[in-house]
Amino acid sequence: MGAAGVPLVPGYHGHEQDIDIMKSEADKIGYPILIKPTHGGGGKGMRIVESPKEFVDSFLGAQREAAASFGVNTILLEKYITRPRHIEVQVFGDKQGNVVYLYERDCSVQRRHQKIIEEAPAPDILNDFRRRLGQAAVSAAQAVGYHNAGTVEFIVDTLSGEFYFMEMNTRLQVEHPVTEMIVGQDLVEWQIRVANGETLPLEQAQIPLSGHAFEARIYAENVPKGFLPATGVLQYYHPIPASASVRVETGVEEGDTVSMHYDPMIAKLVVWGENRAAALVKLKDSLSKFQVAGLPTNIEFLYKLANHRAFANGELETHFIDQFKDDLFVTQKDSALAEVAYDAAKQSAALVAACICEKERTLLKKSPPGGLSVWYTHPPFRLNHHATCKIELEWENEYRDNNSEHLTLSISHLPNGNYLIKIGENSSSYLEATVTHLGDHDFRVEVDGLSKNVNLASYLTDKTEHIHIWHGSNHHHFKQKVGLDLLDNLETHQHRNHESASHPPGTVVAPMAGLVVKVLVKNGMEVEEGQPMLVMEAMKMEHVIKAPTSGVVSGLQVAPGQQISDNSVLFNVMVRQLL
Amino acid sequence: MHSRPANQLTTTLAHYLFCHHLLLLLRTPPHTHTVKVKSMLGFLVRRSVRSTTISPPHRSPSSITAALFINRDFTSHSPPHNVLPDTIDRSSDSFVENCRKMEEIMAQLHSHIRQVTEGGGEEAVKRHKSRNKLLPRERIDCLLDSSSSFLELSQLAGHELYEDNLPSGGIITGIGPVHGKLCMFMANDATVKGGTYYPITVKKHIRAQEIAAKCRLPCLYLVDSGGAFLPKQADVFPDKENFGRIFYNEALMSSEGIPQIALVLGSCTAGGAYIPAMADESVMVKGNGTIFLAGPPLVKAATGEEVSSEDLGGADLHCKVSGVSDYLAQDELHALSIGRDIVKNLHTAGNEGTRNGFQGVISNYKEPLYDVNELRLIAPTDLKQSFDIRSVIARIVDGSEFDEFKQLYGTTLVTGFARILGQPVGIIGNNGVLFNESALKGAHFIELCSQRNIPLVFLQNITGFMVGSKSEANGIAKSGAKMVMAVSCAKVPKITIVVGGSFGAGNYAMCGRAYSPDFMFFWPNAKIGVMGGPQAAGVMSQIEKSKVKKEGIKWSKEDEENYKRKFVEAYDRESNAYYSTARLWDDGIIDPADTRKILGLCISASRNRPTQTTKFGVFRM
Repeated sequence: MGAAGVPLVPGYHGHEQDIDIMKSEADKIGYPILIKPTHGGGGKGMRIVESPKEFVDSFLGAQREAAASFGVNTILLEKYITRPRHIEVQVFGDKQGNVVYLYERDCSVQRRHQKIIEEAPAPDILNDFRRRLGQAAVSAAQAVGYHNAGTVEFIVDTLSGEFYFMEMNTRLQVEHPVTEMIVGQDLVEWQIRVANGETLPLEQAQIPLSGHAFEARIYAENVPKGFLPATGVLQYYHPIPASASVRVETGVEEGDTVSMHYDPMIAKLVVWGENRAAALVKLKDSLSKFQVAGLPTNIEFLYKLANHRAFANGELETHFIDQFKDDLFVTQKDSALAEVAYDAAKQSAALVAACICEKERTLLKKSPPGGLSVWYTHPPFRLNHHATCKIELEWENEYRDNNSEHLTLSISHLPNGNYLIKIGENSSSYLEATVTHLGDHDFRVEVDGLSKNVNLASYLTDKTEHIHIWHGSNHHHFKQKVGLDLLDNLETHQHRNHESASHPPGTVVAPMAGLVVKVLVKNGMEVEEGQPMLVMEAMKMEHVIKAPTSGVVSGLQVAPGQQISDNSVLFNVMVRQLL
Repeated sequence: MHSRPANQLTTTLAHYLFCHHLLLLLRTPPHTHTVKVKSMLGFLVRRSVRSTTISPPHRSPSSITAALFINRDFTSHSPPHNVLPDTIDRSSDSFVENCRKMEEIMAQLHSHIRQVTEGGGEEAVKRHKSRNKLLPRERIDCLLDSSSSFLELSQLAGHELYEDNLPSGGIITGIGPVHGKLCMFMANDATVKGGTYYPITVKKHIRAQEIAAKCRLPCLYLVDSGGAFLPKQADVFPDKENFGRIFYNEALMSSEGIPQIALVLGSCTAGGAYIPAMADESVMVKGNGTIFLAGPPLVKAATGEEVSSEDLGGADLHCKVSGVSDYLAQDELHALSIGRDIVKNLHTAGNEGTRNGFQGVISNYKEPLYDVNELRLIAPTDLKQSFDIRSVIARIVDGSEFDEFKQLYGTTLVTGFARILGQPVGIIGNNGVLFNESALKGAHFIELCSQRNIPLVFLQNITGFMVGSKSEANGIAKSGAKMVMAVSCAKVPKITIVVGGSFGAGNYAMCGRAYSPDFMFFWPNAKIGVMGGPQAAGVMSQIEKSKVKKEGIKWSKEDEENYKRKFVEAYDRESNAYYSTARLWDDGIIDPADTRKILGLCISASRNRPTQTTKFGVFRM
């Protein structure tokens, strides 16, 4: 690549994989260093090494993960650029030796070294830079006589304005739709034509650049737990409908299970706009209407991200999420924010209550129990007073320490068919709602003269009814206990108490379902806080479980090769003083 | 739509063409203009300013148009011929005055209701809830199907009856569906005198059982009671219709296959212990529910044994050892949920559907053409003023459609067929004093409905039968007896609504309390008595005067007035609707605007039983 005039990041790409040689190469390049497998991509097996003493552990981990994921464990080293942008160029070559570039994509916004929002073209770059980047990519492709769709990835040092070749992906990538949206071409069609020996449909000068496109990757994942992949059933799945400017690429349906055996991506949401600002508005709107219930997703996180002012300003770099983590995550408990969130949840809960009542009404009207239609008229009759019912919901307030909030709603049926909803046992906040049930999950609700669309989804797991509501840009998830604990005698009482007892301090549970790869400690061993204890693999990624505190290991029962489920107890670290 | 012979159709068609011009004239609205005014009750009513203030005597002026409407049935946009017209003159002084009085009466009703729905007061409610207990109406709400109606009975029983305040008589009763099955609920209110039974509590409990037995409704007893109120034991315990009758009724209903289910949510002491013990199935709440014939204090007094109430008669003991109760509930909600399950498993639906002969119910019925809330304005406050009962009928029957029977004969009694919430009914309403002809017409109509299994609705506004020599000579007593005989023997469901006065033998002929209507309700403006206060005062002062005269005492004009005034005052007090409902002379005071809904529910509840064949006694000819 260097010979072809493509700028390269200083690094070591040699065949010699001996750990000592690698370490001395690393020392030559200077820290921080990036370790990554030669095969594969998607950030799997990649490690950042801040200092020489971490090198050995990271190197071995990367090798293991590379072997598991790609079958080859060769590793390369690179200088780690502290404030980089990840910009990649879409290239296309045919068998006649023509290579063109279809502009670039900015994929800087990443978590766990994986892209989550991509856009094309890259914001805030000059045309001259764009052309140089494109030509470098074309040179790279030509250097290997490439004929197919390919992506040449560059790392752009935002401090120096230099760009370096990183790698070339010799395939069509996940994020290719954003390029298709701005050039108005079907890249798969191009691939078929090229494979058929045809010349490229367009020459470089003919390739248009029109508007701006974003892609948001929607994953089943646990954002607060460091974006750990999540599993579960898609109990309710209503992606936003596609249009000329909105593309939804998905391979799952309502009722499908996201298992731990595959990548947890649910869908790609691709939007196009006349310019970046217009496309961003579309992205935000589409995210707020993308409805998934049944498992944790990153949709709300993506929405927050898209709404961040730095993102709107195009201040992109690969540490974006980390840099703005205080805005993007709930990093500290805040009672003022908790109150604001609680108020919004109360509003949503009131709408949930009104919609539940209205849905019940339409069901009763359609098929009154026992054929007694006279007894199920609306509003339900009460002699000289109004019928009132109670709905109790649980809601998790992420801004609070003890985050479960209990909401009691009392709903009075007014003579005009409206619902008067009182929130809280002794509260004076009332809300009067007129509800129309439009069908299945869709409602139209009028409150204080304002009318809005409301969507409701619910599903049942383990005696808990989960209720999701979407209205405007709001999405809330409530839980409702159904059924009662029917404990008949003391024996089962005690049994249950034992089961539900919270774990003693120092207990470490599996953060996710997965396979135990390596156990680094033994019972009775003394460990330091943060020391790696065991390595788990799930979703083809390794996760190191570390000691929560300094102390002595006990209760370790898992062994390498063992499959364990979410939240199962792994081991306990007892603080010395307690022994 | 009505079918008619083809030849009649042709003639009527010709008639239609011939009269078309005339019809257009007739159809021109008689109002010069219509304005909207805010009435005193706060409702928007359409006030028609007419060129003349004479309201037509029911439908006679429109009889020509009625005939023409028949022909136009198939042109679809004209109303059917049997639709009652709007005859209210909203501009008249008497109407405006009536509105004002009714506003006061409704405000009074709402204030009384507010008091009773608060139960035994803030303190008692707080104490009750602190024990993890729900209030009786909340308990019923939990048992009922969600979003279903509940017909509460005798809400104001015990109103100003005793020196103690006894909201709702200390027990809540009523009808509502559980798993699509109508049930009778009887729920003690432990916040009122610890749920103990005053005489009126017993009466209300027994009345609910009576309705349950008649309509074959499964009984749900929500027990939370300290038993009989000891200071009043003489009026609670010994008589036929006293405390013991509750258990007797439970036994008899059970023997007739009417399920008896008790949920023990609180104490169940002494006689009260028999409520769950006599039940087919019973549920007890751990901790709160206790059943014993004698509580710890009485046990100590009798035998010297010291024992806690939980050990003496708690849920564990009765569900695990004694077998007095069948289901052990962890808490109240659990008990109520078990209660719902018991009803779900009753499985009586299979053998009752076929027995029910009240057919022809339709589900896509029309609402009345006129605002039912206007009944609050129509309700007569001055019983001397006559008003057309059809204006009430027009606001309670489906589509305001009323097929009047014998419209031209005995016009002081209005009879006819209609539907209420899709259910066929025969309606009998008063439009004045009962004459010979009216009584005969009434007896005839009751016979018709009995033969055809059509439930009867009585709209009472009656001062009595016509008196005087002419009337007596015509055999008014004989005619009245015929109607009373018909009312007494008719085995169809009967529901009585007292919309105005209920006086004298008119009360009998119009199915008063003594004639065992399935349900009987009062409008808050209604009055009841053997006769009006002034009339009674007149009779009594004449008797008194002659008595005094015999004794040779001088009776001044003033003395006479005083005597009369006291009489009238007593009559006024005792004829008041609240005086009646407090003593359970009826099943409750209702908002006139709810009349249609309540009739719908009552008819539906009484249709739960199998039809019975009516056998009349000897009609004096």
